[in-house]
Amino acid sequence: MGVDRKTFLRVTGMSLAALAARRVAGAIAGPSASHVVPAPGALTARRWAMVVDARKCLKKEGCDLCIKACNRSHNVPVITDRRHEIKWIWKEPFKDAFISGQSEFANAMFQDKPFVVFCNHCDRPPCVRVCPTQATWKREDGIVMMDWHRCIGCRYCMAACPYGSRSFNWTDPRPYIKDLTADFPTRSKGVVEKCTFCAERLARGRPPACVEACEPKALTFGDLEDPASDVRQILRSNFAIRRKAELGTAPGVYYIV
Amino acid sequence: MNDRGLIVAGLLVFLGLITFPVWYDLAAGKAPQEPEVTLPPHEKECVAPIPYMKTSHMTLLNEWRDQVVRNNVGTYTAYNGRTYAISLTGTCLQQCHTEKAEFCDRCHTFNGVRSPYCWDCHVDPELVHQALQQTSAARRGEQDGR
Repeated sequence: MGVDRKTFLRVTGMSLAALAARRVAGAIAGPSASHVVPAPGALTARRWAMVVDARKCLKKEGCDLCIKACNRSHNVPVITDRRHEIKWIWKEPFKDAFISGQSEFANAMFQDKPFVVFCNHCDRPPCVRVCPTQATWKREDGIVMMDWHRCIGCRYCMAACPYGSRSFNWTDPRPYIKDLTADFPTRSKGVVEKCTFCAERLARGRPPACVEACEPKALTFGDLEDPASDVRQILRSNFAIRRKAELGTAPGVYYIV
Repeated sequence: MNDRGLIVAGLLVFLGLITFPVWYDLAAGKAPQEPEVTLPPHEKECVAPIPYMKTSHMTLLNEWRDQVVRNNVGTYTAYNGRTYAISLTGTCLQQCHTEKAEFCDRCHTFNGVRSPYCWDCHVDPELVHQALQQTSAARRGEQDGR
């Protein structure tokens, strides 16, 4: 009567093996959680990058169309107190933006020229490495993205970023927003913010706001991994530099000087 | 010792005090009116069945948040096959529940649920409307002053 020892062991063993096989098969065949299928009509790339043609940009002195467009579309507050200011895209004198071993005499013609700077969307972003909550991370398409819901305001990323591309909200930014738009959220007190290469516009098939606003067409946005893209074509025929590339962050913003 | 009388009296007073809100409402002759949630005139259904939305809209909103921010998925396919753009302000407020005070705040206040911090960042279009009116009023004032 009943099950003898041998049959019991055989059935148990086979059941366990079947269970394990199912899990293995599931792990191999199942969809990867991180894989993202973009919406139809969205702009996509394997590695987004920007080329700033400083020759065209500097020609139009005092122009701030890109900055205004960015601030307007992202509800970026304009705070005059420099300790509290929030910056996504701004101008920095060449000598501060491009600190390198070069002598001031070699760069003499550019030293005080204002260069537009913003997040470099690095290939090896130090901010991402230090963020304790993964509120900032590198997307598959190279965009160093931010999740403001998850930011706890520790500011490690600000300490890690060698470009000063990140700003912290010391106060509620709302009173400092000039033209509030409902199309994009504001931030709240206690979170860090920065340029996101207009991820929300790319998802709707539109280029970044700064690129669209630039009248001299000094900003070119495109896929660095696509040899036929605009950015690659420009980089093929022009000499370009990157900010503090020697640090090994592999910045994704190129400057033609 | 025999404190039974004191204890019973004390208990009665205690019960009376803690059930005071109930007596008060009964005496006033009106039960508190539950806020009534209505569908916007141009819609017959919400993004999920209404009982689910009543109890679990926060879960749905959290899922939406993760989808659009972390997974770059901007479209939500509802239970009935309809698709919606994932956007708290753009879809929920601007397309349907245009009165945030009427729709969100009323119920949250009634239930004593502190207003969540969604609105610290997400913009109530009503605010934009007010800001626009203020600036245009200021401009009119400037013109009149001249």
